[in-house]
Amino acid sequence: MASMTFQVFMQHLTNGISLGSLYALIAIGYTMVYGILRLINFAHGDIFMIGTYVAFYGVTLLALPWWLSFIVAIIFTCFFGMTVERAAYRPLRNSPKISVLISAIGVSFFIENLAIVVFGGRPKAFPIPPMFNKIINIGGVSIVSLTFYIPVITLLLLMGLVYFIHHTKTGMAMRAVSKDYEAARLMAIDVDKIISLTFGIGSLLAAVGGIMWGLKFPQLVPLMGVMPGLKCFIAAVIGGIGDIKGAVLGGFILGLGEIMLVALLPALTGYRDAFAFILLILILLVKPTGLMGQKLTEKV
Amino acid sequence: MKNTKRILNIISIIALIGLLFIFEQTFDSYKMRIVNLCGIYVILGLSLNLINGFTGLFSLGHAGFMAVGAYTAGLLTLSPAMKQMNFFMKPIVPFLAEVEWSFLPALIMAGLVTALIGFLIGAPALKLRDDYLAIATLGFGEIIRVVFTNTQSLTNGALGLKGLPTHTNIWWTWGIAFITILFMVFLIKGSYGKAFKAIREDEIAAEAMGISLFKHKVMAFTMGAFLAGVGGALLGNLLGTIDPNMFRFTLTFNILLIVVLGGIGSITGTVISAVVVTVAMEYLRVLDEAINLGFIRIEGIPGMRMVVFSLLLMIVILFYQNGLMGSNEFTWDWFLEKKFLKKSGKKEVKQ
Amino acid sequence: MSILRADNITMKFGGLVAVSNFQMALQEGEIVGLIGPNGAGKTTAFNMITGVYTPTEGQIYFTEEIKDSQGNPSSHEINITQYRPDQITKLGVARTFQNIRLFKELSVLDNVIIANHLRIKSDVISSILRLPNYTREEKAMIEKSIHLLEEVGLEGVMHEKSSSLPYGKQRRLEIARALATNPKVLLLDEPAAGMNPKESLELMDFVGEIRDRFKLTIFMIEHHMQVVMGICERIFVLDHGVTIAQGTPSEIQNNEKVIEAYLGVD
Repeated sequence: MASMTFQVFMQHLTNGISLGSLYALIAIGYTMVYGILRLINFAHGDIFMIGTYVAFYGVTLLALPWWLSFIVAIIFTCFFGMTVERAAYRPLRNSPKISVLISAIGVSFFIENLAIVVFGGRPKAFPIPPMFNKIINIGGVSIVSLTFYIPVITLLLLMGLVYFIHHTKTGMAMRAVSKDYEAARLMAIDVDKIISLTFGIGSLLAAVGGIMWGLKFPQLVPLMGVMPGLKCFIAAVIGGIGDIKGAVLGGFILGLGEIMLVALLPALTGYRDAFAFILLILILLVKPTGLMGQKLTEKV
Repeated sequence: MKNTKRILNIISIIALIGLLFIFEQTFDSYKMRIVNLCGIYVILGLSLNLINGFTGLFSLGHAGFMAVGAYTAGLLTLSPAMKQMNFFMKPIVPFLAEVEWSFLPALIMAGLVTALIGFLIGAPALKLRDDYLAIATLGFGEIIRVVFTNTQSLTNGALGLKGLPTHTNIWWTWGIAFITILFMVFLIKGSYGKAFKAIREDEIAAEAMGISLFKHKVMAFTMGAFLAGVGGALLGNLLGTIDPNMFRFTLTFNILLIVVLGGIGSITGTVISAVVVTVAMEYLRVLDEAINLGFIRIEGIPGMRMVVFSLLLMIVILFYQNGLMGSNEFTWDWFLEKKFLKKSGKKEVKQ
Repeated sequence: MSILRADNITMKFGGLVAVSNFQMALQEGEIVGLIGPNGAGKTTAFNMITGVYTPTEGQIYFTEEIKDSQGNPSSHEINITQYRPDQITKLGVARTFQNIRLFKELSVLDNVIIANHLRIKSDVISSILRLPNYTREEKAMIEKSIHLLEEVGLEGVMHEKSSSLPYGKQRRLEIARALATNPKVLLLDEPAAGMNPKESLELMDFVGEIRDRFKLTIFMIEHHMQVVMGICERIFVLDHGVTIAQGTPSEIQNNEKVIEAYLGVD
């Protein structure tokens, strides 16, 4: 540890921040859906994967300019997420929780397996536009420009999201539905539409996260969404599921924690993927509602 | 009536033994493997159903339990010479180096070790509910896999174990499957099984009836883990090779598929569905492979099989939520009643 | 000595005080009522007594009767404030719920049998192996449950799914289920809710009957004034979490604060 120079430390830190931003972006999708439906959207990680693949095919197969391809991918993923909700969750709105959870797992497996068939199991290299690949030098610390862009884009999207939720009518309706589903319905809010919209926004953020993930780790495989998906759900739980600020906090804790664990204790590198789960279990045992979550009590 | 049922029970047991005997005589090793897998999936399906279906605890850590069972039995049955060959990266821990147990004690030990792990995981995790429990157990399953990948001198890490003695045969798998069925029937029929169901139906009411939630949940979870460990051990010694990557979440998914298709909370449903799903999984391999129709060759699509299966699960959960049996059981009463009713119905028509 | 006693219990949810300084003591064999407008904190008081919530402040005591080696009974008071619901039920405090919580998918008989489980002595292994010590217990449990169902008049629907019963019978079953735990104190949360006047009167008789037959002390929340005034010997009145009155039915009927609370006079 003593041998670690300031430059190296800063590199790890920026790396952790950019990974944390990606986690945060994806975790928001989980938290928003959970806030409204009290459901783990197991397919969220796969929606993220779809976003990355569409962007990939946009550039390679359709030869679109990269920015256009990214926009197309984001819009496509948005609708894809809404379709998943419509097909797998909406029919089970009044079913026991266990059925909905199984449906969530089922649709996730379906998307993954379909992706293996359609996209093929072999890894694909994600094309990186040169502007994300430049080395920039800030105060002796050289980082890839992407590492800088990721937190900035995340921050912009977050600000947009917070504005949308707090200052628009639809956002208000969304908050109402997440507070009390039945009451919102009685207030003539179209609950189904709001839920659909929530999935759309969550998927949009997942697509942006996916594309940036592809730029950062440019290897696409159909199961690429599984681990980040699980980890981001964990991030959402750690922060307090249902709370957007919590998801962001959880994302950063997880991203920074993972990078720092590997940097400071290289002997534990093999356990990197277990880190998130261990953190999850610790948090759940100490503060089951997460760092910023509120207590939900069942009415007796 | 009671005697009729007893006779029917005895007849069906003899028929089952006869059937297994015929299989043994006539089936090739590929088909035998499927018969074995059916028996193993019966055990695994029932153990997951005990936790998820009867006690209502949504647990997704089964693959981890199976890994513990498979590795325990594997390390206990592997001969010292084979151990030396396997552990060329890093020597095995001394206390396991010279061990070579026969199969039955190894199986029991696999169950016990897994039950212990199940208890250690369950004790903290079962304070959580529903999806929190699901994600925590899934997490524990993953942690077990990651730990097994990294403990080189205990599990041989990512290389896995090769050359396990293939003790598993249909008498072991179906014998244990049969014992598991009896175990479940008597457990569920009894007072403790009823307490489990009460917890599934309504935790608050169950607790108000004086049922200690924690004690009964941990009990169900530990027993389920025991059975999953035995199932994993049978699987390991059937395949002869195990590695941590076998025990991914996909494996839990397969078992969940069996439980859901059979009917959550039905013993007979799980048994039937375990056999059907296992056979179908093999049968549908044709989807992945090329079919040669002589004049035309249809290229198989690798992975199509799993697409079909996940689609099947979705259809069942969306349109036939109760699965094959719901939470009902196949009983002789039901069978006889249906038959006799039919007969008397016919008589009436004649008159 | 009182059999169940709440000493200044208070329940706060965040900033909201649901019940404040509730003080109550039940004497053996009494039927005591707890009334008050909606949201007064009645069910919260029940939930504290039965261990669903742990009071923010205050203590709850239960008087347990034990027999020494010569079989001489003696009683002593234990503090149950921190006990879990199942432990409290085991001591002898059973309850029903405002919004009936039966084990819906299970049969009527199974619902009652389950309530016997808390007294089981055999372990799970003997239940699976069906050893004589278990089968003997099981037989006794089933007989006792059937007997109990006969007493409450539900023996005819014993094998039906509990959720298929009509509302009134579900309420009765819930009481039978609570009785199966061998309680000394029975807490009834709005047993007459949703019943017509005739059913309510029947229920009133039924509550009196079981009190005598099972030597119970009964504490009940009820909205039907006819029922409360008819069978309760003493009544507590809660409003906004505060006990605004207590006394005999006639005292309560003439209490100005109570009338105010119900009529909403400012």
